[in-house]
Amino acid sequence: MSRVWRPRRKQPDNPESTGPMIPDDLWVKCERCRELIYVREFERQLYVCPRCGYHARLTAQQRIATLVDHNTFTAWDTDLITGDPLQFVALGESYREKARQTAQRIGENEALVTGQGSICGVPVAIAVTEFRFFGASMGAVFGEKLVRLVERACERRLPVVTVSSSGGARMQEGAVALMQLARTIAAFRRLTDQQLPHIAVLVDPCYGGVTASYATSADVIFAEPGAMIGFAGPRVIEQVTRQKLPKGFQTAEFLLAHGMIDAVVQRRELPQRIATVISVLQGNRQKAKERPVVEGITQ
Amino acid sequence: MTETLSAWERVTLARHPQRPHTLHYIQDLLHDFVELHGDRLYADDPAIVGGIGYFNDWAVVVIGHQKGETTQENVRRNFGMPHPEGYRKSERLMRLAERFTLPLITFIDTPAADPGLGSEERGQAWAISSCLQTMAALRVPIVTVVIGEGGSGGALAISVADRILMLENAVYTVASPEACASILWRDPARAPEAATALRLTAADLAALGIIDEVIPEPVPAHEAPHETIQRVGAALARHLHELCATWTAQGYDALLAKRYQKYRQLNYWELQSANASQ
Repeated sequence: MSRVWRPRRKQPDNPESTGPMIPDDLWVKCERCRELIYVREFERQLYVCPRCGYHARLTAQQRIATLVDHNTFTAWDTDLITGDPLQFVALGESYREKARQTAQRIGENEALVTGQGSICGVPVAIAVTEFRFFGASMGAVFGEKLVRLVERACERRLPVVTVSSSGGARMQEGAVALMQLARTIAAFRRLTDQQLPHIAVLVDPCYGGVTASYATSADVIFAEPGAMIGFAGPRVIEQVTRQKLPKGFQTAEFLLAHGMIDAVVQRRELPQRIATVISVLQGNRQKAKERPVVEGITQ
Repeated sequence: MTETLSAWERVTLARHPQRPHTLHYIQDLLHDFVELHGDRLYADDPAIVGGIGYFNDWAVVVIGHQKGETTQENVRRNFGMPHPEGYRKSERLMRLAERFTLPLITFIDTPAADPGLGSEERGQAWAISSCLQTMAALRVPIVTVVIGEGGSGGALAISVADRILMLENAVYTVASPEACASILWRDPARAPEAATALRLTAADLAALGIIDEVIPEPVPAHEAPHETIQRVGAALARHLHELCATWTAQGYDALLAKRYQKYRQLNYWELQSANASQ
């Protein structure tokens, strides 16, 4: 289901395997161009294929490692878990149980990891989605963690960086999930009122409720090359309209051409670009204090 | 009479073509109504109607999804599924409401936001997000009535409100029962089961604390349209009166603080206990 990169393992017990044995955990195959990449090299390239430039999907922890300054990240609210508001059961499996099992398997309690850290020396509050947890869908805990992050950012006067990849609102939480769009937007609105910047990074794939709420409300929006981003998924659009979608539809480059995002940024360039944008946006804070000309812009 | 209906039966009623739609409510409940058109950017979207007029003695702005009654009208109105232009028109009217201190009333009745090529090109997600932002901080009272189908983000986009009212046989859901059934069981025919699992009825949403009042339908709305509209009108008047009292006495800051809390306090999380973490 999830296409998060992890080393492809050989199958020593498979007698039909006649191909060359690939040493365990040493090589990975690019999902786009099928190039074999030495795993250490792949890590050094921040999980971007050195041959074709494909930006592989990351786990939340890999994302934090590639974006936030080493050893500066402190996680917040890791003990929040879903209350299963609908008592949702499908195919004899309860959502609460499935969420618990997923959490144990991947080591994250929710589809969103939040906390504080520095990016190129700039202190930020940061939220990163975890796609392996229910397709990083937005439910009540996702929403709560994000609202708390923004409220804390307001208290501590921190800019907010969000990195989002999501399937949308979490179906298993019904209208409760839908309400998270409103909750998160309202929180981010307060950040805007306090003139604190929100920089959003949209990564592959980002759809539905997340794109239709906080992620696109940011002051500056970046996306990684080739990322698929939109409101309705391509399959839904094809089913409903019975139209063949043009090549490159809903890619980051498509969105840039249609005026929806500010830039397509290589993964390696993201930290510096984010840090620069934040420092320029906040560049006149001191001057503004000295000259009360901008009073009335807030509120 | 409709108390024992299943979730799926209510979905069917919510979608009934003869159920009163936004323009029926406007016609019966408002006077001196002037419909306003266009988003000033690209087009006018007939899937959302809006305008100004008097509701009792309050001058108000009204916005609502508009479905058609005939196939021809439904095609013209895209079955009540707005394009980005519809949300941008809504946002323009919200700003108008703020500029002239007119309370805002919205009617919800859409299967979903339009999922088409053009909508994606013109930023459907951006248009919805922008509407949500504007409503979260709009300095006038907002009352929303879910009169039929409340379909996901397409419905939410114009329903961030101080009060959310819902007709007994209206539904409000994160995904259509058909889509939910396709995802869960790869079988859209199991939509009735999905409808129950999604907890999408007015009674469910009241129990979850998401809506503020269920407006009863002693008989389904399409069988007694005028009676239904009058009931909605009475509930609207009551809520609007309360909100306007706060607004005029305490100012918009108090109104906005309450609106923030209304959403902020929707808590459905639990704390992982120390021993459960292993």
